[in-house]
Amino acid sequence: MTQTTLAQSVQPGQPAPVLTPALSVSGVHKSFGSFVALEGVDLDIWPGEFISIIGHSGCGKSTLLNLVAGLSLPTEGSVSLFGRPIEGPGPERAMVFQNYSLLPWLSVKANVLEAMKASVPQMKKAEREGVCEQVLRMVGLWAHKDKKPSLLSGGQRQRVAIARAFAVQPRVLLLDEPFGALDAITKGNLQDELLGMWSGAESGISNVLMVTHDIDEAIYLSDRIVVMSNGPHAHIHEVLKVDLERPRERARLVNDPVYLGLKAHMLDLLGRVLAH
Amino acid sequence: MTTRPATTLVPATARPAFRLPAPVLSAGYFLASLVILVLIWELLAVLRTDLPRPAVIGAALVELFSRPWYNDGPGNVGILNLLLSSLVRVFSGFAIGAIIAVPVGILTGSVPFFKRILDPIVQLMRPVSPLAWFPIGLTLMSKAEPATVFIIAITALWPTIINTSFGVSGLPADYKNVARVFNFTPAQYVMKVLLPYALPHIITGMRISFGIAWMVIVAAEMLSGKSGIGFYAWDAWNAGNLAHVVCAILIIGVTGFLFDQVFNVLQKKVTHV
Repeated sequence: MTQTTLAQSVQPGQPAPVLTPALSVSGVHKSFGSFVALEGVDLDIWPGEFISIIGHSGCGKSTLLNLVAGLSLPTEGSVSLFGRPIEGPGPERAMVFQNYSLLPWLSVKANVLEAMKASVPQMKKAEREGVCEQVLRMVGLWAHKDKKPSLLSGGQRQRVAIARAFAVQPRVLLLDEPFGALDAITKGNLQDELLGMWSGAESGISNVLMVTHDIDEAIYLSDRIVVMSNGPHAHIHEVLKVDLERPRERARLVNDPVYLGLKAHMLDLLGRVLAH
Repeated sequence: MTTRPATTLVPATARPAFRLPAPVLSAGYFLASLVILVLIWELLAVLRTDLPRPAVIGAALVELFSRPWYNDGPGNVGILNLLLSSLVRVFSGFAIGAIIAVPVGILTGSVPFFKRILDPIVQLMRPVSPLAWFPIGLTLMSKAEPATVFIIAITALWPTIINTSFGVSGLPADYKNVARVFNFTPAQYVMKVLLPYALPHIITGMRISFGIAWMVIVAAEMLSGKSGIGFYAWDAWNAGNLAHVVCAILIIGVTGFLFDQVFNVLQKKVTHV
C-alpha cells in the first residue's frame, strides 16, 4: 500500500519529488514531571496511509496522539505535518475523541456548524450549511439534526463526532479509541462508514491516525500498525505492515492467512512479549 | 432455558392498587401543612392574648387585598404596590450584582492566578451581613433608596461569584480540547462552551443570592423606611397593628417561595445531561 501510494504521487513527466512524510515524529520524548511517558519515538507516516497505534493501557498511545493533535507538546524532539512543525492544535488535524465530546447543549447540527464556523471561518454561510447537511447525510443522521446529543445512542453520537471532524476538511484525521465503547455490530458498521468516507472522492483527508486496543479493528482498517511497548519509558516496539488488499471483506478476512498470521503475531506480542 | 409453567406467569390484567395522582397528593400535603401552621398560631394566640388570632389576620388579609393597588401618596399605598417596590429594588441590585459577579466568576474559575488573588477577598466578604454595608451605601449614594439597591448588589455578589467559579472550573478537559482542536475563537469558547456548561451553577448562585437578598431587603427597608414590604411591616408595628405585621410576614414568605420556584424551573431548563 505504501509503495503504490508513493508511486501514484509521482506525476509522469516530472522529476521525482523529494518525498515529505505526511506526519513525522522524530526523537520524541514526553515526560510529565518526573514521569517519562514516551522515550525515543520515531515514526514517519506517508500520504495515503491509515495507521493504527496499539498497545496496553498506559503505553502512551494517547499521549502520542495528543502530541500529533498539538494538545500537548513534546519535551524533546519534534512532530511535523507535511514538513511543518506542529505547535498547537488545529482543524487540519481534526480529532474524534473517545467520549464523543459533543457539546450537549447544542443540537447535532449546531455541533457541526460551530466547529465549522471556528475552523473554516472563510466559508460562506450557505456553503457551510450545505457541507453540514452533506456530512450529516453521510453518517445517516440528517433526520436527527435538531436533536440534542443526549437523545442519541452512543453509535449515533460517535457518527456526529465523525461528521464534525470531516466537516472541517482536515488533512489528517485523528481518532482516539473512537469505537471502544460501542457494541460489536455498531462498531463494524462505523468502521465501514469511516473507510467509505475517508476513501470517498471529496474527503481530501490524506491520513488517518487511530489509537485502538482492538487487534481486529487495527488489522481491518490499517495499512500499518504501530505496536507500542509498555510504559513508562514507552517507545515503538514494532511496526507491522498489513498486506491486505482494499477493499477488505470482513467475511473473507477471517480465513485469510495474512490476516491470521498478523493476528497471531499481535496476540503473541500483546499477550506474551509485552504482557504486564 | 426451559419454559416456565403458565401458572407462574403474572396475569396480564393485574389490578393496580388505587393511588391518588401525584399533584393531588402534593396539594393535600401542602394544605395539611398550612392547617398545622394555623393551629400552632391559634394555640399561641390563646396563650398570649396580645397576639392577633388567625381569624383577625385572615380578615386583615382580605381587607389588604380588597384594594391592593391604591396609591394615596407617599407612605400610604396598597400592599401589592409595596411588594412591587421591594421586588424592583431586589432585582435592580440583583442584576447589578450578577453583571459583576458572572465575569469575575468566569475569570476566577478559569485562570488560577485570578482565583488565588481574588478568593481571599470573596472569603472575607462573604460572611459579612450585607446590612453592615448600609452606612457605606448611604455614604456613597447619599440617599436611602439607591443605598438599599447597593447592599442587595453586594449580597448577590458573593454566592454568584463562588458558584460561577465552581461551575467554570469543572469544565471537562474534553470540551476544552474540542474548542482547541476546532480553533474556537475566545468569544465562541465563552458563549458556546464555558457559559452553557456553567449555566446551571450560575443559576444556583443566583438562586442563593436571591434567597439572601429577599431576606436582606426586609431589614434594609426597615432601616431606610420609605417604601417596600419591609417598611410596611415596621410601619404596622409602629401603628400597633400586629395583624398587618403577620400579613407582611406571610406575603414575604409566599413571594420568596414563588421566586425560588421560578429559579428551580430555570435551573431544570438549563441543566444538560
